[in-house]
Amino acid sequence: MNDSRSQILNSLRHRLPQSAPLPTMDESWIQFPDPIAQFRDSVVAVGGQTETCKAADLADTVGRLTVFDESKRIVSTVDGIAGNVDLQQVADPHDLEDVHLAIALGQFGVAENGAVWIDDHSLRHRVVLFIPQHVILVIPSRDVVHNMHEAYRRIDFAENHFGVFISGPSKTADIEQSLVIGAHGARSMHVVLVD
Amino acid sequence: MSSKTDHPALATVFVRDEARTKWHDEALWFVRTKRDRAAAAVPEWETLRTTAEQIKAHVVANLAELLERFEQNAAARGIQVHWASDGEEHNRIVLEILKKHNVRHVVKSKSMLTEECHLNPYLEANDISVVDTDLGERIVQLRGESPSHIVLPAIHIKKEEVGETFHEHLGTDAGASDPQYLTEAARQHLREQFMKADAGITGVNFAIAETGGFVVCTNEGNADLGVSLPGLHIACMGLEKMIPRYQDLAVFTRLLARSATGQPITTYTSHFHGPRENGELHIVIVDNGRTDLRSDENFRRSLSCIRCGACMNTCPVYRRSGGHSYQSTVPGPIGSILAPARDAHQFHTLPFACSLCGSCTDVCPVKIDLHHELLTWRREIARRNALPRSKKWGMRLASAVLRRPWLYRLAGSMARIFLRWTPRWILYSKLNTWGRQRDLPVPPAKSFRQMYRERQKRS
Ligand code: SF4
Repeated sequence: MNDSRSQILNSLRHRLPQSAPLPTMDESWIQFPDPIAQFRDSVVAVGGQTETCKAADLADTVGRLTVFDESKRIVSTVDGIAGNVDLQQVADPHDLEDVHLAIALGQFGVAENGAVWIDDHSLRHRVVLFIPQHVILVIPSRDVVHNMHEAYRRIDFAENHFGVFISGPSKTADIEQSLVIGAHGARSMHVVLVD
Repeated sequence: MSSKTDHPALATVFVRDEARTKWHDEALWFVRTKRDRAAAAVPEWETLRTTAEQIKAHVVANLAELLERFEQNAAARGIQVHWASDGEEHNRIVLEILKKHNVRHVVKSKSMLTEECHLNPYLEANDISVVDTDLGERIVQLRGESPSHIVLPAIHIKKEEVGETFHEHLGTDAGASDPQYLTEAARQHLREQFMKADAGITGVNFAIAETGGFVVCTNEGNADLGVSLPGLHIACMGLEKMIPRYQDLAVFTRLLARSATGQPITTYTSHFHGPRENGELHIVIVDNGRTDLRSDENFRRSLSCIRCGACMNTCPVYRRSGGHSYQSTVPGPIGSILAPARDAHQFHTLPFACSLCGSCTDVCPVKIDLHHELLTWRREIARRNALPRSKKWGMRLASAVLRRPWLYRLAGSMARIFLRWTPRWILYSKLNTWGRQRDLPVPPAKSFRQMYRERQKRS
């Protein structure tokens, strides 16, 4: 095993092609006149839905959604919204198989592609983002950035083991290029923007 | 594979079904148009491509340092790093890890590298079941086929055929072919597989030297489900997947999905920076010919490929000959560069499966000079004596004629007479393979030289 390592590294050190300097990336990347509106459009374009509300109305806004109404087992990591599955009591992620809905706090949204960044800090089981039938992500509307360059500037990788950009519900077009929502993961994705 | 790949012969079989060829062509062109729309919506698209190209050039030049830095940072985060010189060693390492954990069932998300290494048959021979969880890959796996495209593995299969396959293996209704219904059936079936898996294997889209983490992109969420239920995650990557800084991810995540399917980003872009609670995270770094490719000045740039598949979708030859006619894990323009680098004799026909239109080079998000490299390969194959005799003689004859102006003029006037007066049955005889599906143009009465001279006289 170690042999292959030194063999590979040695042959990569040999015959070095001319090195190119790394680009600085101080370009002027895309900016939108109204990033929040653009974010909403992007979420819809990738098959998701958005809601907007005041902080005080968050629980009501989420409660009014049909997916909330119809779900029996709910995981919520958002203060003020009650779920009925306590992640801290779940030792094995397999036990989350029949969770219908997960409601989680995302860190920020990206206007250009409707993605929400979320890490597993508060989640314990990251599968909770992928295994439920439906997912609702909540973000503060002031935390919408224009583009991916700004997005990565906000992430501190020293702090997390797992983080994901989620852009809309799970989807596939593997059968004759027909778009089907709900491949393996969430069948629907709501993003709630809190003012 | 011991016999040589004969792309023209395989393509001939493919185009025999005209309706299907047209359907295949149009399906891919549809994806290409989605890519065009997505690219046009980003004002700084060309800046992004140039930036990506520069980053990748830096990576190829500094691979040793970057890999070492990655290894150090990954280890500090509790990720176990392994190195494999070739496919066989890669398979052995993966098997060892699985055995240590008494794994019986593995779920795998799309990874062209494990295809390249033939990991599935190897694990199955060692009594470990492997289920490909990407829908397209699962379809081809159930049919006993291989993917025909790197992003759209089942692009060559019709929904009625998927219906038959699912009817046989998953018990869906006979004759059912609705994509929604079939996808739902696959969802249920694969959920069972996710639940019973003891380990998840993924590929890697980008590995970050600066942080020691890596990124996996999917639309279905299969990679994430596959590695967040079982405690063991093995990620397999070709050593060229390295990028220096996490800021570089902005450039690549913006380019990848737009180039591949016209989406602004993949649905799930997952960043792994350490094992799960009570879990283990392994990464296997594989060479398998990549260091050789790097020392080859002519083809080095093909290591920059981010496997978006755009060059396939746009290629007039790929669209009309199907991915399987290339008989290599990566088909299309980029595959026709990578495959002969592995084995120039077996894949000698691939660089000729190209009209040199240059469309691949135009769409490539990392600006690989694809059609130039394909042309270079043709010369290289001739030099290495891997050309079939008919092509070699033709090229020798052409070069003899082109070197002698008087002979060229004579040949031109003879051709103009010959093409006009020779009966079709001679012109389109077996000897003229080029004429099999094409008609030769009606030759002009005069040559360009003649017309030019007359024009000069008149003025
Ligand atoms: S060569 Fe370029 S266009 Fe083709 S798959 Fe690779 S990155 Fe995409």
